[in-house]
Amino acid sequence: MADIRVTSSEDLENIVPINKITFAQRLREYRRKPLSLIMHLIVILAAALSAAALIFLIIYILIKGVPNLTPDLFAWEYNSTNVSCMPAIINTVIITFLTLLISVPLGIGAAIYLAEYAKKGNKIVKVIRAMAETLSGIPSIVYGLFGMLFFVTALGWGYSLLAGAFTLAIMVLPTIMRTTEEALLTVPDSYREGSLGLGAGKLRTIVRVVLPSAVPGILAGIILSVGRIVGETAALIYTAGSATGTAAGVMSSGRSLAIHMYVLANEGLYTNQAWGTAVVLLVLVFGINCLSAFLAKKLGSKK
Amino acid sequence: MRINRIKETAMQGVFFLTAITSIAAVVLICIFLFCNGIPAMAEIGFFDFVGGQKWSPTNVPASYGILYMIIGSIYVTAGAVLVGVPIGVLTAVFLARFCPQPIYKFLKPATELLAGIPSIVYGFFGLMVVVPFIREHFGGSGSSLMAASLVLGIMILPTIIGVSESSIRAVPESYYEGALALGATRERSVFKAVFPAAKSGVLAGIVLGIGRAIGETMAVVLIAGNQVQLPESLTDGVRTLTANIVLEMGYATGLHRQALIATAVVLFVFILLITVSMQAIKSRSENRG
Amino acid sequence: MDKFQIKNMNLYYDKFHALKDINLNMQENKITAFIGPSGCGKSTLLKSLNRMNDLVEGCKITGDIRLDGEDIYGNMDVNLLRKRVGMVFQKANPFPMSVYDNIAFGPRTHGIKSKKQLDEIVEQSLRDAAIWDELKDRLKKSALGLSGGQQQRLCIARALAVKPEVLLMDEATSALDPISTGKIEELCLKLKKQYTIIMVTHNMQQALRISDYTAFFLLGEMVEYNNTDTIFSSPKNKKTEEYITGRFG
Repeated sequence: MADIRVTSSEDLENIVPINKITFAQRLREYRRKPLSLIMHLIVILAAALSAAALIFLIIYILIKGVPNLTPDLFAWEYNSTNVSCMPAIINTVIITFLTLLISVPLGIGAAIYLAEYAKKGNKIVKVIRAMAETLSGIPSIVYGLFGMLFFVTALGWGYSLLAGAFTLAIMVLPTIMRTTEEALLTVPDSYREGSLGLGAGKLRTIVRVVLPSAVPGILAGIILSVGRIVGETAALIYTAGSATGTAAGVMSSGRSLAIHMYVLANEGLYTNQAWGTAVVLLVLVFGINCLSAFLAKKLGSKK
Repeated sequence: MRINRIKETAMQGVFFLTAITSIAAVVLICIFLFCNGIPAMAEIGFFDFVGGQKWSPTNVPASYGILYMIIGSIYVTAGAVLVGVPIGVLTAVFLARFCPQPIYKFLKPATELLAGIPSIVYGFFGLMVVVPFIREHFGGSGSSLMAASLVLGIMILPTIIGVSESSIRAVPESYYEGALALGATRERSVFKAVFPAAKSGVLAGIVLGIGRAIGETMAVVLIAGNQVQLPESLTDGVRTLTANIVLEMGYATGLHRQALIATAVVLFVFILLITVSMQAIKSRSENRG
Repeated sequence: MDKFQIKNMNLYYDKFHALKDINLNMQENKITAFIGPSGCGKSTLLKSLNRMNDLVEGCKITGDIRLDGEDIYGNMDVNLLRKRVGMVFQKANPFPMSVYDNIAFGPRTHGIKSKKQLDEIVEQSLRDAAIWDELKDRLKKSALGLSGGQQQRLCIARALAVKPEVLLMDEATSALDPISTGKIEELCLKLKKQYTIIMVTHNMQQALRISDYTAFFLLGEMVEYNNTDTIFSSPKNKKTEEYITGRFG
């Protein structure tokens, strides 16, 4: 039997529904229950405050910062008259790259183990998860201190980009592990069964079938980590140090953009340049976050 | 076939090794912190360290008491909770239950953006805007408990909003409908039937926010004033545990340096407590659900 | 006497014309059953009676629905309407709180604060729902620990606690075992002395066992409405006959 209950749009326009809740109706209900109205207003107020905090922050920084985005600020060499943030940007790029070089293989490997190999209820898996959770709760200053004690002093690397990168790698490891594992778990089992059924080994199945379909999710996690690396200060100040120039190599000290901004803010001599740097930092971090959200969305729509 | 089997086993071993990196990292962090921190605590005397009111590492004889910094950290965190929790939780309620779709499309990414802003930017904003504002309207130098609470309160908003919103959304719609069907208003249904069911998730979000506030360093250093003292009013400066480390680590040597590491140990213990209580909340809600 | 009067009612979900020109009067202190195959609109109609359809986006209703002669889509306070017209859902939905607080939720909503009064209401509602003896020792325990049948009767008690006039039951026994179903059917027969009951059911035997009137729906239209006995013994419409003899549905 055919279901012929679809109405044409012209007919719909002529409908005057009786169940439309008018403002007056709602107000009348609130008159009997004033507390509900008050709660509603408080909730709206809270949301407005949250939004206002963000809007105020961003607009204020843009107004103060954008006029200070002079060519001087992006000169290749730093000196005390131009207070260029270019060397810091280059250092940030190097640190980010190094950090990912260390943390991405570790994180993806660990996630593969957790998602594909580990048996449910395995003791060691529980310990690994608990430790990853612990790592993600540790404040960055504690990472910084550890990096200083271990990489800088105990291993004798001194303040260096490498020491900073290793410290940050431990810091972002739980993020990469978690997002990769989540991405792997969304890959349908039928893919695995299909590949295994064709006689491919487990390893081949993971590398050729499972990982490629999890790529957007993994990328989203990596980019999220990049955002964190770029914005990080406390974990870097005593590991990568705060030398002003572009680092000569991975074993020399160099300040990242966030550290640069901290030093400017702390010295209080170059507030204009600091506002400008704040804009650069904001734009970078927002761009990175948007990219991550975009990739995550892509993954979501594929599901 | 044989080579394949060896490759399979070898790679499984490699994956396993990468998986235990996080265990190794935690162990290493603990070893380095505790090996440096505990002897310092022993030398200073545990109670003189944790309960001492005087911090003057460069005096002769030096004193290493961090009581006021522990209190400072607690005050600042409490202030941030006071600012951030009501606004955050209510914003989450708004997003999950009352928000019209067009506003949601703007507000949700906005709260996520708030999470992405680096702490140094918050700190600088606090230094340039909040601190002068407090100086002019409330007196004092401006760098104060109040400034730190306000800025940290905003910083923990996204954490609280995110976790709370998803736990409110996870509550079955049938609770809301059930309450409405009894004649409760939308607001009463949300606050009396839906919200209590999301309580443990909201609590987890708050605890996560507390963890973030207590560990925050760079923003606090710039705006809290950093005086080692017991603040008597909201406009007094405070020094937190994290600020203590970052301020003095650059030049500290010997016992002073170890005392700073011991400060980190105390901070670490706080964080561990928070992580453990987080786990407890989680397992409690899982058992219930 | 007619409790509910539905006149020329149409309901749309966006472009989907879910209910077509429904005219139906339902009598006080009787059990009226809505039957029909899945998707025929019977639950939708039920939910229009206490305006739970307001929650559905894109839902438009035209026509006229009256409770005791009063237009429920007019100036009536929707919260008061829902107090008068209680609802029991397909899936038992006790709140995650104690048995006592579940029952007291409604009365508290409507402003009753005194402990003594609440105690009385809780006991009376549980007695009315024939579950007092089973639950009187666990009033402070979480309602989520009860069995499915107990949860559903608790939900009935919860609905009764606000002293409604009408009880809407949306396939209230479809998720329950035969014994629990039997208990609830028995309860309905008892409750109809005080309440008007309107129920949606998939189970024709159930309609036959307990309802006084039956309405048969098909593809959004009300095909036939009559005494339950008449409908089941000599249906006028061929489609009704086919359905109740199990030829489709």
